[in-house]
Amino acid sequence: MDNNKYEEQGHRGIVTVLGRDQIGIISWVSTRLAEYSINILDISQTIVQGFFTMMMVIDLTKSTVGVSELAKILGEEGKARGLQVNVQHEDVFTFMHRI
Amino acid sequence: MTIAFAPKEILQTIEMIRNENLDIRTITMGISLLDCAGDDIKVVEQKVYDKVARKAGHLVEVGEQLATRYGIPIVNKRVSVTPVALIGSGFNPEEMVRVAKALDRAADTVGVNFLGGFSALVQKGFTQGDEALIEAIPQALAETKYVCSSVNIGSTKAGINMDAVLKMGHVILDSARRTADRDGLAAAKLVVFCNAPEDNPFMAGAFHGPGEPECVINVGVSGPGVVAYVVKESPEVDLGELANLIKRTAFKITRMGELIGRAASKELNVPFGIVDLSLAPTPAIGDSVAEILENMGLERCGAHGTTAALALLNDAVKKGGAMASSHVGGLSGAFIPVSEDSGMVRAVEDGALTLDKLEAMTCVCSVGLDMIAIPGDVTPETIAAIIADEAAIGMINKKTTAVRLIPAIGKKAGERVEFGGLLGGAPVMSINPFSAKQFVHRGGRIPAPITSLSN
Repeated sequence: MDNNKYEEQGHRGIVTVLGRDQIGIISWVSTRLAEYSINILDISQTIVQGFFTMMMVIDLTKSTVGVSELAKILGEEGKARGLQVNVQHEDVFTFMHRI
Repeated sequence: MTIAFAPKEILQTIEMIRNENLDIRTITMGISLLDCAGDDIKVVEQKVYDKVARKAGHLVEVGEQLATRYGIPIVNKRVSVTPVALIGSGFNPEEMVRVAKALDRAADTVGVNFLGGFSALVQKGFTQGDEALIEAIPQALAETKYVCSSVNIGSTKAGINMDAVLKMGHVILDSARRTADRDGLAAAKLVVFCNAPEDNPFMAGAFHGPGEPECVINVGVSGPGVVAYVVKESPEVDLGELANLIKRTAFKITRMGELIGRAASKELNVPFGIVDLSLAPTPAIGDSVAEILENMGLERCGAHGTTAALALLNDAVKKGGAMASSHVGGLSGAFIPVSEDSGMVRAVEDGALTLDKLEAMTCVCSVGLDMIAIPGDVTPETIAAIIADEAAIGMINKKTTAVRLIPAIGKKAGERVEFGGLLGGAPVMSINPFSAKQFVHRGGRIPAPITSLSN
């Protein structure tokens, strides 16, 4: 990739939700995503000693909001539920872990 | 469409950002002011203000946007400009102060937290503009909020300009005296360099060198906390394996800088210069270079073995980082400022770390004697001698060295100074009481070393 011609690698984002397990986390996130026309491409979740960890790969091609905005919205709503929610552009992970 | 991420990797990234203080320390926009030179101070003030305000108008906004898009904090947005001595030749010191104030207003307008480049390059001698600028430094730093200053007094190719070294002894002391009520804050915005890099994004020593393009984006990464964690988690491995672990971590940290640099360059439509792959500590607990060294197995930073540990760390950071970025530049190495690193402060308080040990450490890492408070009754000649020692290390070893000392006016060794924010606070360190007055007053230049004859 040419140094000065940065291209975003894709239109995917990664949603991560961390916190105490509670009923309806996935339902809440997927409903909110659907409202912004965001498709879920992959989802994985684990619960270790009641600590909930969920990761979603989402497709932002048709999204009605940008990654930054979505991060703010879900971050704030997550906080109210006692959850730490991150939404990040996938490049941050591709860049760090792939050459 | 394949999903190429392992959950482990995703969680590792989030862990680094949330718990180990991984961040982008600075996006620094370098702006050439060469086209702002002129005879009329009013015109120059206006041109300088307009150019910085125009070029950097969206810098802060874009920085904040990228921080949320990628979910990684971008701590500082800053501007570096052409050394003001180059555009202000013909001006007297009062007029140089007016240029500094114009830059300060521009920095305020665009919302950056520091602007570097109230600088002069005098390794071989002074122009009229250099002399006026150096004379103006204490007032300019005392009367502006954002402006940072640096003076390059030596290089491997040119030797050391000892007349400039002595002048800087006076300038540092005067800067501290003018801001004695703020613990000498002006001196914390002033760096004396040997072999200054032209593309350094870190303050207070950033300036936009004459060999740089019209406008450029440079990025400084951080992440001592991430490295400290990796080292702590591996108490059993031998030093070869430890170096490997640090390399891998440095690679990941630097990739973040590369990503943000490319993205900022695209959004601002300004070429991407370099990533400075430095480990830059902050006063936050867990964001300390001293802590890395202690996790390597030293009881306290400053103990015998510290220089060796730091040499391993610094080299591993460079090896890992260099792979991660297409263009590496700036200072690139581990920083060892005292007041900005809680582990260094503790080591000084415990009596483990002295000025002499810090000087030895600067032989094997980036930069030099940084953010060190010294007793306020120090003489300009002693400050000059400290600068000369540090510059000699840089000159002979073909590396950048710098001195940022803060004479604590009215305070003695063991008392504390507080600067607040990223600059932190530190105990005043004792200095050697014997004089070098006659040596520094000889003046002239220390000749360039034989190793400079590389052609």
